Amino acid sequence: MTSRRMAGWQGEPVRFRFDGRDYEGVRGDTLASALLANGVRTVAASPALGRPRGIYAAWTEEPNALVRYGVEPMAQATTLDLTEGLDATSLRGRGRLSEEPDTSRYDAVHAHCDVLVVGAGPAGLAAAAAAAGTGARVIIADDRPVAGGSLPDTAETVGGVPGDEWAATTLAELGGRPDVRVLSRTSVFGYYDDNYLVAVERRGADAYSRERVWRIRARQVVLATGAHERPIAFAGNDRPGVMLAGSARAYANRHGVLPGARAVVFTTNDSAYAAARDLAAAGVEIAAIVDTRDTAGHAQDGTEVLTGHVVTAVGGDEGVSSVTVSGAGHVDREIEADLLLVSGGWNPLVHLFSQAGGELRHDDATGSFVPGPVRQAVEVAGAARGVFTLAGCLEDGAAAGARAAEAAGFRMGDAFRIPETPAEEPAEPAAHLWLVEAADYATHFVDLQRDVTVADVMKATGAGLRSVEHVKRYTTAGTAHDQGKLSGVLTSAVVGHALGLPLADLGTTTFRAPYVPVGFSTLAGRDRGALHDPVRTTSLHEWHVAYGAPFENVGQWKRPWYYPRAGEDMEAAVLRECHAVRTSVGAMDASTLGKIDVQGPDAAEFLDRLYTNMMSTLKVGAIRYGVMCRPDGMVFDDGTVIRLADDRFLVTTTTGNAAAVLDWMEEWLQTEWPHLRVYCTSVTEHWATVALAGPGSRDVLAGLAPGLAVDAASFPFMTWRDTEVAGLAARVCRISFSGELAYEINVNAWDGLALWEAVMGTGTVTPYGTETMHVLRAEKGYPIVGQDTDGTVTPADLGMDWVVSKKKPDFIGKRSFARADTSRPDRKHLVGLLPADPGRLLPEGAHLVETGTLPEPPVPTLGHVTSSYRSAVLGSTFALALVSGGRDRMGEELYVPLGDELVPVTVTSHILYDPEGARRDG
Amino acid sequence: MLLIPCPWCGPRDEAEFHYGGQAHVAYPENPAALSDEEWARYLFFRDNPEGRFAERWNHTAGCRRWFNAVRNTATNEIEAREVIA
Repeated sequence: MTSRRMAGWQGEPVRFRFDGRDYEGVRGDTLASALLANGVRTVAASPALGRPRGIYAAWTEEPNALVRYGVEPMAQATTLDLTEGLDATSLRGRGRLSEEPDTSRYDAVHAHCDVLVVGAGPAGLAAAAAAAGTGARVIIADDRPVAGGSLPDTAETVGGVPGDEWAATTLAELGGRPDVRVLSRTSVFGYYDDNYLVAVERRGADAYSRERVWRIRARQVVLATGAHERPIAFAGNDRPGVMLAGSARAYANRHGVLPGARAVVFTTNDSAYAAARDLAAAGVEIAAIVDTRDTAGHAQDGTEVLTGHVVTAVGGDEGVSSVTVSGAGHVDREIEADLLLVSGGWNPLVHLFSQAGGELRHDDATGSFVPGPVRQAVEVAGAARGVFTLAGCLEDGAAAGARAAEAAGFRMGDAFRIPETPAEEPAEPAAHLWLVEAADYATHFVDLQRDVTVADVMKATGAGLRSVEHVKRYTTAGTAHDQGKLSGVLTSAVVGHALGLPLADLGTTTFRAPYVPVGFSTLAGRDRGALHDPVRTTSLHEWHVAYGAPFENVGQWKRPWYYPRAGEDMEAAVLRECHAVRTSVGAMDASTLGKIDVQGPDAAEFLDRLYTNMMSTLKVGAIRYGVMCRPDGMVFDDGTVIRLADDRFLVTTTTGNAAAVLDWMEEWLQTEWPHLRVYCTSVTEHWATVALAGPGSRDVLAGLAPGLAVDAASFPFMTWRDTEVAGLAARVCRISFSGELAYEINVNAWDGLALWEAVMGTGTVTPYGTETMHVLRAEKGYPIVGQDTDGTVTPADLGMDWVVSKKKPDFIGKRSFARADTSRPDRKHLVGLLPADPGRLLPEGAHLVETGTLPEPPVPTLGHVTSSYRSAVLGSTFALALVSGGRDRMGEELYVPLGDELVPVTVTSHILYDPEGARRDG
Repeated sequence: MLLIPCPWCGPRDEAEFHYGGQAHVAYPENPAALSDEEWARYLFFRDNPEGRFAERWNHTAGCRRWFNAVRNTATNEIEAREVIA
């Protein structure tokens, strides 16, 4: 294969593979430039139509040349640095994720600055230099590996030196300032409220972290994002060998690569003439410049210019072999060429400006949209607002940078001296041509990446769609990584053509983040695996681990689920643990229960307002179970309240709701009852709590706490005592969540393990986990808030009328219990279910129906199973369920549809074991 | 992401705050005296304007204080704020 590298182009060789073949490029290449240098024309098959596609552009606007490499599922060959050994595969059809896990490291940086400049082209560099000269803290972010924006593409000179050299020097000077941070290879991809911008820095496989996300809050922003060349829709405009004119110029000047041997240039404006000149100088034969205007631009001597002409056909199957041009009054001509360079003008790159909430204004000069009014503190400079001369961009950037710094409070710095640039020829006005009219629009592509043609757009407008947003959804034009870069304005213009409306009236579709594709692993950063969410463990955790307990996640807590002995599965272990508690004694780590210390002169009054039942009448030394509701009367949390002193209570919450309950208390205290003198403190982690449950628990406690009178008369149910247990200062509460005689022993968290080991050291106590706790409480019909309730359940629905005070004039939720809705007879009540087959375990979440045969859908459901277990003591499986009018259905047979089966169950009371409460005192 | 001016801590990232919905929806003086409709209005009905909206914020990851702010829902600009109590 012939090299298309310019003779004499220097570069360290870099070997790479593409689609299984070995090639060589040079350091500084992108994969795309290296492929072009090797004469590779077809790099992709289009996703929907399977048409061959070539490299079309030279940077982020590339629609065709997508590749996979390593774990990267979809990268643009035009932005991918060529590295030694790179092994890339073209994406034929759709992308697919790598099977391999991504083991690279990704980081995040949060930064603040006075002025953030996006883009290090002439305008951006001038803006950053002007702002930095005032002493402002400046960040300049640029997505390219080398500075200069379009300067390396156009090879213009600045200050008497080559533009890329000037840019590199200027950026290096900026980087040397203490208050300036230079971010290269960094794409700012999102612009959010209050000047919050997000960028991705691509540092490469050899860096400590492969990519970093920058989250930047800037006082002022200067967007110097440049412009994209606009395609033209004509027949066969997707053939390999069709390329944007400015991109071909970039390949020649930046990479020394000739993208073809003989080119036709198709243009509406002067910029393509400069491209033709540079390509001719590099060695590409310019067969003709086809200009849609009647007046030619400044072509090189000897170059044929066909004014008033358009391209009407492209010859060649795999790639361009000839170009047919037509002009009014002329005979069509077929010109032999392997390259067709296109320039439909330039679109200011307004994506970030638009994301910032800026309004876009149609601009006749560019035939595109330029920034209009915006409320955020942002300046737009250079080509991004339609300034296309080099001198203009430098001036515009310097002014924008100075204004931004001044707005951020900085003045009178070192003035930035605008460097000299060569005189530029005045440009002829550009024509605005969107599509070359034809009888058939099947190969006039408006979005190459999505295979959307003018015919597709016309189908959309033919179906009655008038909004460009609707046309976008109908055709998918401008979706995926294009995000309107090449297809946006073109699609709008074609819609306008079809509807006979001016482009100005149609506008563009909304520009959305991300401007360039960003990996999920990059966004996740370190927040994955074990670092995704904090893990909370109790002071007994190591013991549970050593004992082989699997853990259940409850909120952020790890709770021991059960303690399997050798040869036991979960079912066997749980049945054994349940049996031990019901017949002997067991112990559980209950440290995760939320604990809130509530104190102050008005603490009792405060709790009376929060809980449905009365707390102010609780005596010091006593404990009361309580329920909290939301104002709508629905259960929010439950737990016990311990009165420690007249003005001090300890409130327990469910494990998962501890933070929410504290928030709830603080909200009411701050916003509604600021006059109440109450202070709430989370003390969950101050305490380790061991629940000792079962008929043998009194003897175990007596042995461990010789100073404590444990008989039922001295230490009655729902009271607490401060004492010593196993020689440790302890508070023992006589409460039960299993229906058995039980105690909760609280010690300082530091002493938790010592207490637990002392309990286990008695040799008579069986450790049990959360699953056994769940079975035991369910046998007693104790609901778990958040499992048996879901925010639509009142205390009465749970059969807990007794917990709702009739005496208190008001408490949160009270008024709602008088609403018609909360007394509806068909409300869902908590009931028990016994399957006809005592071995049948119902899945939680299963629905209940009334009849043994299913009626035609929709099938009315009576409710659903909320908890379901095997019970050792009942000798059967059982379930709790929320069932419509459930308390009036005792003894009824209902059915649970499971697959093709209807499983019969009998409705019972939710209290299935020891309904008299006879076991409480042992 | 909004930059929210906490009256106690100064401007902070939105991520530090918990949103509390419409401001100035006081808990009724005597709920028992309200009709079902009046009570339902307190429970369920909130404004949803395009434009200025007084709303509650809690600086949960900071000082944990509640305050009110007037935000323009069309532009997200916070125009005023007030300390509760």
